[in-house]
Amino acid sequence: MAESAYTYRKRGFAQLVLILVGQSIGFAGYILTSLFSANVLPSNWLLVAICWYGLGVGLHIGVRIALPWSDPIILPITLALTGIGLAMLARLDLGSQDGAMLPTQFAAVAVGVVALVLIAFLLKDPRRLKGFPFLLSAAGFVLLLLPLVPGLGTSNYGSRIWIHVGSYSFQPAEVAKIVLAASFAAYLADKRDVLSNAGHRILGLELPRMRDLGPIAVLWTLSLAIMLFENDLGTALLFFGMFVMMIYVATGRVSWVIIGLALFAAGGAAAIRFTSHVQRRIDFWLHPFDYPDDATQIIQAQFGLSHGGLFGSGWGKGRPNLTIFASSDMIGAALGEEIGVVGLMAIVILYALFVFRGLKAALVATDPFTKLLAAGLSFAFLLQVFAIIGGVTRLLPLTGLTTPFLSQGGSAMIADWILVAILLVISNQARQPQAEAETPAGHGVTELGEESTQIFSTRELAQIGKGATRPVQHIDVEQVRLGPGGTAPVPAVADQVTDFGGAGFWRGSEEPTVYTGSDDQTVVSSLPPQAGSESSQPGATHSPGAAATGSPANLAAPAASSPTSPTVRIAPTATAPASPATPGVDDSIPDDPFSDDFFGRGTE
Amino acid sequence: MNRQIRLVGLISAVLVFALLGNLTYLDLARQTSLEANPYNVRARQAEADVHRGQILAGSTVIADSVPSTDGNPTFAYQRVYSDGPLYAPVTGFFSYNYSTWAIENSYNSYLVGTDSSQWVQRLIDMASGRNPQGASVVTTIDPKLQQAAAAALSGYTGGIVVSDPHTGAVKALVTSPSYDPNQMATHDATAEEDFWASLKADDPEASPLTDRASRDPKAPGSTFKMIVAAAALEAGDTADTMIDTPAELTYPGSSVTLPNSANCGNTQVTLARALQLSCNTAFANLGRSLGAQAITEQAEKFGFNSEHLPELGGLASEYPKPRDTADLMRSAIGQGSVTATPLQMAMVAGAFLNGGLLAEPYLVQEVRGPDLKVLYQHETKQSQAVSPTTAQTMKDMMVSVVEKGLGSPAAIPGVTVGGKSGTAENDESSYGWFVSFSLDPDIVVSVFLEKSDSTDEGLWGSGDAAPLAKKVMEASR
Repeated sequence: MAESAYTYRKRGFAQLVLILVGQSIGFAGYILTSLFSANVLPSNWLLVAICWYGLGVGLHIGVRIALPWSDPIILPITLALTGIGLAMLARLDLGSQDGAMLPTQFAAVAVGVVALVLIAFLLKDPRRLKGFPFLLSAAGFVLLLLPLVPGLGTSNYGSRIWIHVGSYSFQPAEVAKIVLAASFAAYLADKRDVLSNAGHRILGLELPRMRDLGPIAVLWTLSLAIMLFENDLGTALLFFGMFVMMIYVATGRVSWVIIGLALFAAGGAAAIRFTSHVQRRIDFWLHPFDYPDDATQIIQAQFGLSHGGLFGSGWGKGRPNLTIFASSDMIGAALGEEIGVVGLMAIVILYALFVFRGLKAALVATDPFTKLLAAGLSFAFLLQVFAIIGGVTRLLPLTGLTTPFLSQGGSAMIADWILVAILLVISNQARQPQAEAETPAGHGVTELGEESTQIFSTRELAQIGKGATRPVQHIDVEQVRLGPGGTAPVPAVADQVTDFGGAGFWRGSEEPTVYTGSDDQTVVSSLPPQAGSESSQPGATHSPGAAATGSPANLAAPAASSPTSPTVRIAPTATAPASPATPGVDDSIPDDPFSDDFFGRGTE
Repeated sequence: MNRQIRLVGLISAVLVFALLGNLTYLDLARQTSLEANPYNVRARQAEADVHRGQILAGSTVIADSVPSTDGNPTFAYQRVYSDGPLYAPVTGFFSYNYSTWAIENSYNSYLVGTDSSQWVQRLIDMASGRNPQGASVVTTIDPKLQQAAAAALSGYTGGIVVSDPHTGAVKALVTSPSYDPNQMATHDATAEEDFWASLKADDPEASPLTDRASRDPKAPGSTFKMIVAAAALEAGDTADTMIDTPAELTYPGSSVTLPNSANCGNTQVTLARALQLSCNTAFANLGRSLGAQAITEQAEKFGFNSEHLPELGGLASEYPKPRDTADLMRSAIGQGSVTATPLQMAMVAGAFLNGGLLAEPYLVQEVRGPDLKVLYQHETKQSQAVSPTTAQTMKDMMVSVVEKGLGSPAAIPGVTVGGKSGTAENDESSYGWFVSFSLDPDIVVSVFLEKSDSTDEGLWGSGDAAPLAKKVMEASR
């Protein structure tokens, strides 16, 4: 919806300024560490500055070329966090006898940046990812289970989550997270109708049918299996939480959340009962000082945080090296010690902004798969931050998750940058105005959103009123009909207004407020009938159903069975909740929503 | 879908606020206790930068911080303990890597100036760029008595407590063997580690760190008869009440027998005489007739089953509920599962001198800021342990123990001295106890001997402990 409601601005310059500001936080940390500990500038400060800011500017240019409409805040946050993490690793290098961590980590960042730029150029349309849901699932679980392969996987500190090839080690779960998110999103985008409709009521809960329940049961069992075999509670929490959240978003059924939480509670209880690992973690969390020899990590982290106090000891002035794993699991404590509780809070808020930008992209996006993917990745990211920062600060038992962008560790860093790339791609697609909506095939395609209500800016309404033609409304029937993954039409109409009661909370301040109200009470205006007249192909199909599903597998689903079946209203000022098709449309919906006359009739 | 996504956003916001709230909580609520935690090396480092306050015994400085001269940039100050081993049981130590001990531990926040009463001083120090300076802790220790007690105890493993019966002020607190806290305060990490290892902190039986005066309760033997006698007096008996005292009795329900150590006449004795001669069978019978309830209540009024002297982390002396009659009778002569510290027994004797009022023992008289402002001042706490009549009778009976009974080795010509000896059986060996007082000035001296350096023979209350008490009492005059 947003595209037609607001014209997003590219905000390229703002992004550049924010990137430079964000990068300067980490760079300042690097300089201050040296100033505070040795009273001199680091000898290589100029080289570091050139490399670091060069990376940021290069990244900015690359992303602006490939994804000019992408969210301008995500990248600066990412670079700010990465910079802070690099600075802390450089600082920890000072007191460490082991080799320097900074060069390796910087290399990982560089690889992540390259991966991001590659994805930005190669994957303009995120929906290409949904073509192979089962392949993705399989790949995700193979990745997850790799550490259990004898000879390949190794067990570190009680958790078997690493694989070693040659001298390189890798945590496949980091990439699996993204692959699985894509497969979850593809599956749910596919099945959301049956999952939300079919079912029996038991004890007030709307339960889905067993055959629809199958995948979540399988996923749950596998999560639990990973948790038990690899002793990795955090990863299980992450996957499971993400899946439950995505299935809820897809279906809107709270019963899924309740079922999910109940299953997780059962799994967690079993884990506590039957494994010593989980029970120990809980003991260390509740009574760390009863285990002065075993819970040193938590104890030292607490000391570091408390000794840093509100404003911290200053870069290089604390003793973060006293905490074991200060560079990986416990980097939050190291930062809290040196930049204070206030600094750590700022980092948490940066994470929150990142997550909310990701959710914002999910809101603005039109395609269910894309929405689910963006929301799922964002929420999983938040869960990860919550689990690890919560673990470090003793809000939760400590789980061995990495702190995104901060922790030492190449696989996590690269995976996090891939996640950023996907969010940027999604936000780019969601934010670009339809006038410029370029599909890879080169056609600007307009399409109805899933709930087919539409908001126009007053300016646009005025234009329509004056008989002005809307911008390009090309419909490429072939593209729509065949729906070959990457060439699916770019939706021009978001399903809802992306405003939250008029608050700027979700949108930042860059978009002009056109509509304020709850999204189900949308101001509806006509779908422009110009499609037929303007399209290069008369009678072109404009299918809301395609917007909602878009994958070939879904095309056969009767549009009428969908709660999101198309409603096209020609009522410029009417308020209308999302509702099933109007009678006028109902009787004209052919079985095949892509039949040539569907669009034409529906809109007349 | 967007409605759900917004809800996910709301949940995300809740999680974020949980993190932020927890960080706030950590900073506000947990910081103090975390900073005080002895494992907190970071806090030790910060404290090493502070001009740590002095610890004094009266007007004698027993712990001080002086500018460090060893060239190690980590340390601005060096902690110095004058007469280290003498005062070690009181001062404890301030170590960089091994935390703090005794008063250095319990008064740490005053000594480093982080106590909440010192925030104005901290602010001034910060604003003036001066190194923050901590407050001084003035203890109740009397150097003269401390030296006498330490001298008396040399050659033994044990503890001596000297206290003022009217205020509860601990005038001397000695535990032997002692150690030199200067070796824990060294800036040489290796030497510190080696010395720490030699202290054998994990073996309390052998460790000099074990405070045998207030933290190591052991069977009190016959000194516990003071409590039983007091309970009998409180129950209506008098010094002249006759008690059965066969030469030997058999514990009910067993074949174990209990003999009298002294010749108590094998028929009946008065309560006063039974105390003088420490007649075991008389007190076992007395305990039986008083019952577990009366003895427990009396013991707890004297302070058993609760902790005292928090300055040193003093541990509770224990009078557990007797399991059966035999156990009750055993407990009445200070055997079985009864345990007591010299500090606890000094409290008992002190109550008799203080009209039945038990003065809670304490070790810190006051705390003075660097500007000499008094930040803390002790206030005497008293509770009624026995009636004034009972207290007077007990006092008289204990004087008669020294004049006519087993306490005679403690007698000082021209001085009113009272006492009660105890010889507590412990496996093949025995502990020697002597709990005593002298009047004008009133002081209580409680001696506990665990073993002798020169012999493996058991120690005797009357023969071994009483002369040591006498030496300390003489030093007080």
